[in-house]
Amino acid sequence: MMSTPLSPPHAEAPALHDEHAKPHGWRRWVFATNHKDIGTMYLVFSCLMWIVGGAFAMLIRLELFHPGLQFLDPTFFNSLTTTHGLTMIFGAIMPAFVGLANWMVPLQIGAPDMALPRLNNFSFWILPFAFAILLGTYFVPGGAPGTGWTLYPPLSLQQGDAFPMTIFAIHLMGISSILGAINIIVTIMNMRAPGMTLLRMPLFVWGWLITAYLLIAVMPVLAGSVTMLLTDHYFGTTFFTAAGGGDPVMYQHLFWFFGHPEVYIMILPGFGLISEIIPAFSRKPIFGYETMVYAIASIAFLSFIVWAHHMFTVGMPLAGELFFMLTTMLIAIPTGVKVFNWTATMWRGSLSFEPPMLFAVAFIFLFTIGGFSGLMVAIVPADYQYHDTYFVVAHFHYVLVTGALFAIQAAVYYWLPKWTGNMYDIRLAKWHFWLSAISVNVLFFPQHFLGLAGMPRRIPDYPVQFTDWNMVSSIGGFVYGVSQFLFVYVIWKCVKVPNPVGDRAWEGARGLEWELSSPPPYHSWETPPSPAIVARGAEH
Amino acid sequence: MANTHASADADKYYVPHSSQWPIVGSIALFTLMMGAISYLNEWGGSWVFLPGVALVIFMFVGWFGTVIGENQRGLYNLHVDRSFRMGMMWFIFSEVMFFAAFFGALFYARNLAVPWLGGQGVKIFNSIELWKGFEATWPTSGPGHVGGREDGSFDVIPAFGLPAINTAILLTSSLTVTIAHHALRQGKRNILTAFLAATFLLGFLFVYLQAHEYIEAYTELGLKLSTGIYGSTFFMLTGFHGLHVTIGAIMLTIIWLRVLKGHFTPQRHFAFEAVAWYWHFVDVVWLGLFIFVYWI
Repeated sequence: MMSTPLSPPHAEAPALHDEHAKPHGWRRWVFATNHKDIGTMYLVFSCLMWIVGGAFAMLIRLELFHPGLQFLDPTFFNSLTTTHGLTMIFGAIMPAFVGLANWMVPLQIGAPDMALPRLNNFSFWILPFAFAILLGTYFVPGGAPGTGWTLYPPLSLQQGDAFPMTIFAIHLMGISSILGAINIIVTIMNMRAPGMTLLRMPLFVWGWLITAYLLIAVMPVLAGSVTMLLTDHYFGTTFFTAAGGGDPVMYQHLFWFFGHPEVYIMILPGFGLISEIIPAFSRKPIFGYETMVYAIASIAFLSFIVWAHHMFTVGMPLAGELFFMLTTMLIAIPTGVKVFNWTATMWRGSLSFEPPMLFAVAFIFLFTIGGFSGLMVAIVPADYQYHDTYFVVAHFHYVLVTGALFAIQAAVYYWLPKWTGNMYDIRLAKWHFWLSAISVNVLFFPQHFLGLAGMPRRIPDYPVQFTDWNMVSSIGGFVYGVSQFLFVYVIWKCVKVPNPVGDRAWEGARGLEWELSSPPPYHSWETPPSPAIVARGAEH
Repeated sequence: MANTHASADADKYYVPHSSQWPIVGSIALFTLMMGAISYLNEWGGSWVFLPGVALVIFMFVGWFGTVIGENQRGLYNLHVDRSFRMGMMWFIFSEVMFFAAFFGALFYARNLAVPWLGGQGVKIFNSIELWKGFEATWPTSGPGHVGGREDGSFDVIPAFGLPAINTAILLTSSLTVTIAHHALRQGKRNILTAFLAATFLLGFLFVYLQAHEYIEAYTELGLKLSTGIYGSTFFMLTGFHGLHVTIGAIMLTIIWLRVLKGHFTPQRHFAFEAVAWYWHFVDVVWLGLFIFVYWI
């Protein structure tokens, strides 16, 4: 019973047959509905934003190379830290993961496309406009926001013309994320090939399913919070003003109710990626597949009840501090499960160290360092010392750069042959890895020392005793920054220079995407893969 | 019963080949927000807001028009239908979380921020030093008596006046939309059109009464958006709810027009159900508002 009152039959014929055509020129991208095209746009966009956010970081490290004010105006420095954070989070890391989801989820679950292809295009094309507004703040009176990415009042209420621009840019990013997340959940829940049961799905798909749920749960809370900022500024509400019965700390609670799940939004898909790559290059199925799924789910659940560990020093009741300390420490358990499972997967595996595996192994080591420093800042009395110092900066850059970003780069090196049909320059990619892995530690490890010695974050100048480690950190930063052009070059060369590769680019790779040609056809899995292929792809 | 083409592809998931509506939507949102930014920053370009609104309406009409057309041509099989259903459910969940932020602000202010300002517990210095003489009560416009009438006072809207009537209206409308849904499933078109019309009329009546209440609040009670934390939470919660009721009533009207055009069958009527879910959602939010904002 398919029916609806019928319109004349001649009306639908063209649409049905045109859907196979591959559009050309700018229309292919602007009107795109194909998940691979949209995935490519997401990845290219995130790469651009990564370069922009990276340039901000380079300027920050340049100013901090030496005590005193050398190059930058302090106000401009504050704008840099703010826009570096917002650009990297909403422009680089998140769109990169969404791009990977767009490309890979339909291939991995045997779906013809994303479930809602038009919505998919909408999710993407909102983003360039959002960043046009956000980065446009550099050109308005008062300059870009200088509040830090968290936009705490009352400081955020004292910004210039950038203020409403930042708020509305965040609204646009939120709409984009919510719509994208809805699409990913619906795709995973409704588009799996017959036989692709939930517990047969690749762990990247699991990571994204749970991430998408987190996104839908918390992005609207961010939207509500920044809306309250907006009305406090322009329409006389007093949500965050004590004289009217409000409380600036309430903003911090609302923000971090979004912000902490947001942190996991930026790492759970990465966990999924690492769980794909480690088995492929260990030539063994993942150790403890189901516990991996439960661990991701537990981390996601816990992420909703730990938020106030970001605000231990604002003066919360003791009971609150203890609650949030203990829940935060609980997260170490599922995270530990994951780290041990990855390690156990490699145990007695037939290991080989191609670029994706190098990044994945580095991820395990370095993300774990970020995890441990996370446990340190979770301890309330100790956090009174660490809070708002460079120790925190070191902590979250270990998690986000050597965690999230390394996972993304590992994934790009893993799937690039699949996307382009060409093998990339392995030697250059290994150079990229070693330069990155060494310099990133030179960049961020000394920041632990600076923080423990008392250097506050978000300052353009500092007392002279912090000079040495700042210089080391800056040198590491410059080397790291320059090395990343190798990454871009390797990709560019891979796209341009033919070096054909087989369907299964890595001998140990498992999963439905490797059952398709390299590159896969423009429309893949138009008929779902057979149960036998699904079963073979889902061995784990 | 679909025509030959569609039935030949009944097991095939429909993927549109390309679409201009998303980019129109993106440009529309961008224009809208640039207009709002210009207005707030007094850049003198706030007229841009109007083409923004026009573009958003154009996008919705065009996008949904395309989707309705494809649906009427039988391009969507049950698989596609299920995607739409799941998409709508998760969208409503995101809306629930949006309201959760404002309810969270209300609960935090009432149970923590205001008592602390009154010197509760370890915050005792607030009453000794910072805000001497401030009694933590609810409703309040804070220790600074922000907003309200000339003398800083204000009154609240009693729950068992207009708000109780509005509760009855929304609950009745939830009932009527359910009756309409049952009628649709049984193919009783006359009952369907009548009760669907009753639903959106009740919706608009609710919005009218809320507007009436707002005018009274502003002109007589001294209750404004700027009346401290009570005014802030009251107007943001009821305001966003009213906006959602308005959107819901417009959607119901469009569904009603589609019913008149003969769309929907007893088996396939996703759009009707989506709007009905949305309507139940605004109803449930209202119950939260009635209890926590107006009543207790």
